[in-house]
Amino acid sequence: MPDGPYLGNAQFMQSLALILVVLVLAVVGFRFGRGQSIKVVEGNARRLHSLPGYHGLYVALWCGGPALILLAVWLSLEPTILKHLVLGALPTEMLQKPDGSPLGVARLELLLNDIRNTAAGNVASTANAYIQDAAARYQSLQQTSYAAMAVVVLSLAVAGAAWAFRFIHADFRARNRVEMIIRGFMIACSMVAILTTVGIILSLLFESMRFFAVVPVTDFLFGLDWSPQMALRADQVGSSGAFGAVPLFLGTLLISGIAMAVAVPVGLLSAIYMAEYAPRKVRAVVKPLLEILAGIPTVVYGFFAALTVAPAFRGLGESIGLDVSSESALAAGIVMGIMIVPFVSSLSDDVITAVPNSMREGSYGLGATKSETIKRVIIPAALPGIVGGVLLAVSRAIGETMIVVMAAGLSANLSVNPLEAVTTVTVQIVTLLVGDQEFDSPKTLAAFALGLVLFMVTLALNVVALHVVRKYREQYE
Amino acid sequence: MATAEQQVEMTTSQKDILSRQSRISETVNAGLKSRYRSEARFRAYGAGAIVLALVMLVLLFVTIIGKGYTAFVQTELQLTIATSGEALGIGNDRDAAALNRADYQAQIKASLRDMFPDVTGRKERRDLYGMVSDGAAYALRDALAENPALIGQKVTLQVPVASDIDMLHKGQIDRTVAEAERKVNDFQIGIYDRWVSMGTIGLHFNTALFTQGDSRQPELAGIWGAAVGSFYTLIVTLALSFPIGVAAAVYLEEFAPKNRWTDLIEVNINNLAAVPSIVFGLLGLAVFLQFFGMPRSAPVAGGLVLTLMNLPIIIIASRAALKSVPPSIREAALGLGASKLQTILHHVLPLAMPGMLTGTIIGMAHALGETAPLLMIGMVAFVVDIPMTPMDSATVLPVQIYLWADSPERAFVERTSAAIMVLLAFLVTMNAAAVLLRKKFERRW
Repeated sequence: MPDGPYLGNAQFMQSLALILVVLVLAVVGFRFGRGQSIKVVEGNARRLHSLPGYHGLYVALWCGGPALILLAVWLSLEPTILKHLVLGALPTEMLQKPDGSPLGVARLELLLNDIRNTAAGNVASTANAYIQDAAARYQSLQQTSYAAMAVVVLSLAVAGAAWAFRFIHADFRARNRVEMIIRGFMIACSMVAILTTVGIILSLLFESMRFFAVVPVTDFLFGLDWSPQMALRADQVGSSGAFGAVPLFLGTLLISGIAMAVAVPVGLLSAIYMAEYAPRKVRAVVKPLLEILAGIPTVVYGFFAALTVAPAFRGLGESIGLDVSSESALAAGIVMGIMIVPFVSSLSDDVITAVPNSMREGSYGLGATKSETIKRVIIPAALPGIVGGVLLAVSRAIGETMIVVMAAGLSANLSVNPLEAVTTVTVQIVTLLVGDQEFDSPKTLAAFALGLVLFMVTLALNVVALHVVRKYREQYE
Repeated sequence: MATAEQQVEMTTSQKDILSRQSRISETVNAGLKSRYRSEARFRAYGAGAIVLALVMLVLLFVTIIGKGYTAFVQTELQLTIATSGEALGIGNDRDAAALNRADYQAQIKASLRDMFPDVTGRKERRDLYGMVSDGAAYALRDALAENPALIGQKVTLQVPVASDIDMLHKGQIDRTVAEAERKVNDFQIGIYDRWVSMGTIGLHFNTALFTQGDSRQPELAGIWGAAVGSFYTLIVTLALSFPIGVAAAVYLEEFAPKNRWTDLIEVNINNLAAVPSIVFGLLGLAVFLQFFGMPRSAPVAGGLVLTLMNLPIIIIASRAALKSVPPSIREAALGLGASKLQTILHHVLPLAMPGMLTGTIIGMAHALGETAPLLMIGMVAFVVDIPMTPMDSATVLPVQIYLWADSPERAFVERTSAAIMVLLAFLVTMNAAAVLLRKKFERRW
């Protein structure tokens, strides 16, 4: 069953209408502010410190800014508050399992969905009287909330405009104020990057801690057995719920290794050819073509790997008497390698062309051939940059998801045979989190622990790679 | 004498040098051949690498187009239906409520029986009914809803056949395979051949593919729902990431003092650009869904996650665009008395805008093809309805491709390829727009 509406269509439209009204108010405020500033100097705009437009803008910002911020906060908090109010009003037996223990998060969500669906007028799955009551309550609360929000937001907009309006006089430094506000906005925007990183770290750490409270860290990092299916009933067979991630790490390394074995030679050699040998015309055609390879969505590569490459390898293996799994690491790895080729080649191209020409000419002057110059002079000079690029490519291979989800296996084999099916960290994150989720089971939380490992490893690779690349660039600039 | 001796000495030393030179050139010449060979070899490796990459590119396109082009047409059967109130189970009622509860499926079955009066066995009849898609009943419903007066008359409709018959018509089912291992049994093939000889079966443009949402039945499944979902998601992403990205780039490039704090921001942006996309999905799941209680599967949440992913791309591109505006522009504006912000808003930003837009379009193309983080926030739901607002459950094009690629039905393979072609067409258009924009507004200072 698809999830119930979060905000009904009507409410979405209502909120949109409210935003539009606030924006119209801001425009009106702008016109009034500008008019007022001209009026206070009796039409002689040169007496104003700031241009009339800045006075108008000041009023508009005070009118729209606080009101829209309040609106956003209200809308983001409303569902949580409504949920508590509605669930709190339900009789306690509705919130308990038959044995008297409290309901899990997922069951509560289901209950809430029922209430929302009933409130939205959809056919109720259970004609429970309590749910009908709760739905009525939910609806009335929602309406009250919207009415209150509209009143508060609109009065805030008007009050803000009036407050700013009072300041308008000839010496008022409206431009400086407006510039300060805009500057503040820009600083806030540049903080988003930091907030994102903090958000990633905190959310991964927080959920991983909860996981490690159930499964010890050492079991997770060094355990050799991965079978995250938890037993639903005590008598179930083979559902012990083992969380040893070593098979996943090994599988990830295997597939990434195959990918790099394809991507590094092909990418590097094609970059060298493009930078040193290719005539201008060839370069102009081939470079965009390689960029197409980089622009293809990974889901397309996944489809290609699963439906074309893997069966081809399987058939090839059968014809020479090898048993190739239909989800072999080889197929996923090779397709992933093709995906990474343009990444490696464009990064290496940059560093190779950055090697100063004097070095090439010196080598030619000593009688070296082109390939000798490349092998003995250019590559050693460009090596730090190339290594940095390769490290970035490794981090991409490790974090790549769709190709392996579609073409690699699900079962965690502790194997380094590229013809067998192995699974990777990203595949397991997807399988653990897609489908029904209960946020209190170690099965779900394990995905966050895997995510934390993935984040840490790729972060370390990126930091080292960026450091190497940057250090190298400084040498020649 | 002395001079003669000296001359002799000189000639010997000259000879020495000459002989050494000839020895050197001998060694060099001896090695030249193999050195030139290795030169040619190296060059060939480079060309080979490029050819390999391009062959893969061609192979990818050839397989996808080869598998998918047939999905743009759908096998349809021309069915003449003698409609009657009795067969529809509504007697003489013709109002909307009656049309709603009418049994169109029964009417289709009745017309199939009329078509083949010789098919009498229970099993045969069931096989016969199974050859026509459920879409036939929907087509009849739509035709009658448009014109209820048609009831009681003969209506001729083009109705879709079941996906297995579609595959048979497109030559994807091998008739020589043993009956038990075939999706279509011998009886059905017999009926199909009779349809062919009657000339009532044929290929028509597959409108369902472009107008419908997802469906479990391949012949009724379409990408319109996913396309609308993608549209809402991208709108949210664009509305958030463009202003935030540009503002952040302007601040970092034009205002920010060079200190530890801005260094930290810069390192952060560069790192975020390389964080695996699935980690952003985990962030979205934990923060937007769990903490803020946003709806699962909704384009709003998807757009927010993609915004966070896209910001580094847009910020980096915008900063490069700002950097390429020469300082003389800024100095001229400042010299005429403009404030710093006026200089930037009135002079620098307009000149940098094409570069910023190019970066944004490339970022949006990235976002359009992104799948993994959206799986995390539940955009893999099976959504039949076309989403009406960004708050509704929806899926996006790449996720639809993933879902169809997972379906076992043979007919979904060609539809997956068709959906990929549509997605790639969008991406090519966006990238071409970015290239054109760059070409048109490129300035050399």
